[in-house]
Amino acid sequence: MIKKFIENAGWPRIIIALFLLALFVAAPFVGVRVDTSLSNTLVRFGMNGVMVLAMIPMVQAGCGLNFGLPLGIIAGLLGATLSIEWNSEILAKLSELGTLYKISWLNDLFLTTWREPIGFASAIIIAVPIAAILGWFYGKLLNRVKGDEMMIATYVGFSSVSFMCIAWLLLPYKHPTMVWGYAGKGLRTTISVEGYWLHVLSDALALDINTENIHLYVPTGMLIFFAFVALIVWIFMKTKTGTAMTAVGSNPEFARASGVNVDRMRTIAVMMSTILGAVGIIVYEQSFGFIQLYMGPFYMALPAVASILLGGASVNKAGILNVIVGTFLFQGILTMTPSVINSYLQTDMSEVIRLIVSNGMILYALTRKVRAGR
Amino acid sequence: MGNNPLLRLEHIGKEYYGNRVLSDISFDINAGEIIGLVGENGAGKSTLLNILFGMPVIASTGGYEGSIQIDGRKVSFTSPNQALAHGIGMVHQEFSLIPGFTAAENILLNREVLNASSMRYIFSERVSTLDREAMNGRARSAIHTLGVNISPDMIVSEMPVGYKQFIEIAREIDRKNTRLLFLDEPTAVLAESEAEILITALKKLAASGIAIVFISHRLSEVKELCGRILVLRDGRLITDQPSYTLSTRQIASLMVGRESVRREETPEVTETVSTETDAPKKKKKIRPALKVEHLWVDMPGETVRDVSFEVMKGEIFGIGGLAGHGKLAIPNGIMGLYPAGGTVKTFGKKLTLNKPRAALGKKMAFVSEDRRGVGLLLDEPLDWNITFTAMQTQGRFLVGIPYIFQMRNDLAMRKEARKFIDQLSIKCTGPSQKAGELSGGNQQKVCLAKAFVLRPDILLICEPTRGIDIGAKTLVLDTLKQYNKENGTTIIITSSELEELRSVCNRIAIVDEGKIAGILPASNPAEDFGMLMMGQVRNEEEGEFSA
Repeated sequence: MIKKFIENAGWPRIIIALFLLALFVAAPFVGVRVDTSLSNTLVRFGMNGVMVLAMIPMVQAGCGLNFGLPLGIIAGLLGATLSIEWNSEILAKLSELGTLYKISWLNDLFLTTWREPIGFASAIIIAVPIAAILGWFYGKLLNRVKGDEMMIATYVGFSSVSFMCIAWLLLPYKHPTMVWGYAGKGLRTTISVEGYWLHVLSDALALDINTENIHLYVPTGMLIFFAFVALIVWIFMKTKTGTAMTAVGSNPEFARASGVNVDRMRTIAVMMSTILGAVGIIVYEQSFGFIQLYMGPFYMALPAVASILLGGASVNKAGILNVIVGTFLFQGILTMTPSVINSYLQTDMSEVIRLIVSNGMILYALTRKVRAGR
Repeated sequence: MGNNPLLRLEHIGKEYYGNRVLSDISFDINAGEIIGLVGENGAGKSTLLNILFGMPVIASTGGYEGSIQIDGRKVSFTSPNQALAHGIGMVHQEFSLIPGFTAAENILLNREVLNASSMRYIFSERVSTLDREAMNGRARSAIHTLGVNISPDMIVSEMPVGYKQFIEIAREIDRKNTRLLFLDEPTAVLAESEAEILITALKKLAASGIAIVFISHRLSEVKELCGRILVLRDGRLITDQPSYTLSTRQIASLMVGRESVRREETPEVTETVSTETDAPKKKKKIRPALKVEHLWVDMPGETVRDVSFEVMKGEIFGIGGLAGHGKLAIPNGIMGLYPAGGTVKTFGKKLTLNKPRAALGKKMAFVSEDRRGVGLLLDEPLDWNITFTAMQTQGRFLVGIPYIFQMRNDLAMRKEARKFIDQLSIKCTGPSQKAGELSGGNQQKVCLAKAFVLRPDILLICEPTRGIDIGAKTLVLDTLKQYNKENGTTIIITSSELEELRSVCNRIAIVDEGKIAGILPASNPAEDFGMLMMGQVRNEEEGEFSA
């Protein structure tokens, strides 16, 4: 019974889970509050969940881990910044509609309660097509380098970030909250989303207990959104296309002999991964409160890759459960180590431990890669 | 040494994991003799060579039985280097040349002529430079012995294949002590004129005292070149006699004919093949189920160039031939798995080539010879393996609205898988076991189930019994026969085992060097097929055998 459980869960997960548990147990003794730690873990889980989900389609289609996640993130950043740039225009257009159909209460709603959700939705609506187009090219590129996807993906991510460093400066953004104050052009490195869509998901239906003894915050809306996206991915993987995609990842020759267009499936998978990356970063930003441009997305792929591997996925098999378990464990460690270990050791170890865990997990998973695409 | 033969084999035998591949092989080879060694694929030729050459694979699988004597002294090689030291040279079927080196460098590899240099006293010979002049001279003389004209400076990768073969042989000749030379299929890659040059050269070599063992599937060459012919079949030495006493037809019959007589003199064969399966083809004129015209398929190592044949509805049609001659390319090409050209018609309608989907759409199903590579999703459960193709091409095992949203119906998939697990008695823990965990025979049954689920009109099967044990073999073949009888499905079986084809097929086509050598009813004597395989018929009996 226990043996079976260990076999199913895998030793790495059990060790990390026990370590995380130990941190929670130790927390009160070094003066760290368990309830706030738990809240932080949940918030981080919701923030990163969708970006970890972005790994699934590519892994399942045999394209390996999406080290090119920054490309999707860039699409998300474009969506986010454009939604702020065009915020007043979009709202104006919508309220015009309200006036046109003589529904004044709708008009009011657009300008008050719905203002922020509309901003958030517009960010996603703008980001998704951009991600789809970038993903299409990215997919075509990966189809040319079968067997070396992860290496190429890493450099696609890095070079797209560098390219955008130039673009962020040159693109004709005008909005005063986003451009550099002294020049009146070029985007700042960090842009606040306050007043646009800060915490629009996190605070929706949020459970916020703030008494003398207990401080607990559960970002219900964000968790529901994550569950919703996860459900979509889960359903997709069960469709005819999703099944074909899994078969392509499992044995491309088999899929081809069964009449499946292997390259097309792979392209679709890469597009999906990129789109999920775009949506993921917007979810992240609404909770974090800032849009981070320039080198911001540079290392964003690594925590996501580490999370899904920590969750028990391999280079060619990944599921929703891997995402949930992995993200929770990884973000849990990330939340707990700075507070607990630092309080205990009186020195800043958090970054070191984070790097050991995330890079160690990636290393571990890549070395036991059984066979990735023949 | 006087009366002692150069090489004497006594009662050589070999087992691989309880599977006997050679038994009781005894023969002598004298200096200057040319011996032809012939046998079907799997007759034990390679094992015999491996033993003689001291290949590590022999020692690591438990050694061999019997004894080998050279000049009357017993030897036992444990590495190819020892065999080389005793003057045994070997030219393998696959080239072992370094592509970026010149002919001279390849011929003299590891035996380079070195310049004298004072450095070698301090370090070793490793630091000496090469004497290119002398090397080219030696290489040239070795090449010259073969009667061809190849520059020693030519880079091997830029040579035509025929040249490469000559370089391989030149390398063995250059070894000063070479007394016994084994040539494994040396003429397979040569054009006819090149093969003639080679044969003349080999005769010259033999005259200089080197004994040669020549292995080839081209019987006419064997007969022309060799003084003695040894025929291996199923690991036994069937005959050892002077070549002038045998006709090529007799050799062929000795090679393949299982039920042909044990004694050598009468290769006349009485046929005992069950004729129960012959019935369907004798019906009146029906439109052929499959009509192939001038098909070429570019499948690495199995290329076919110009293949035409017809298969009638309800027929079981066999495609046989030696490995590497292209029989596997025919079904693979028709199914669109390798680049192909020509015309293929199913029930009178033209089939789009190079698109697996098109072939599957015409209700054709395919069982690949590469079970683990193409045939199965090893990491997925059995129900996926069995139903996936039907799901993707025929839209079955799905729920939802076609083209808009369709989810897979796991329940129906499992039910279908369970049905076939019972029907074909696949040994497994259930439909959710991974295909990779099954044994070879059961995996083959899963492949068959995958094809049956498609309810095909035409079923193409490659090597249905490769790598599975005898019990499973009969079951697989019986299943095919039964399926053909019950559903009237046209079945095309490609196999390298002639006996297997003869036991199930109505007609059998033999592929030789990328072309159909002939199509015969399965009831014809085995030696006829043997003749076709050895490329004997095209010249002599064109009219009689071509379909």
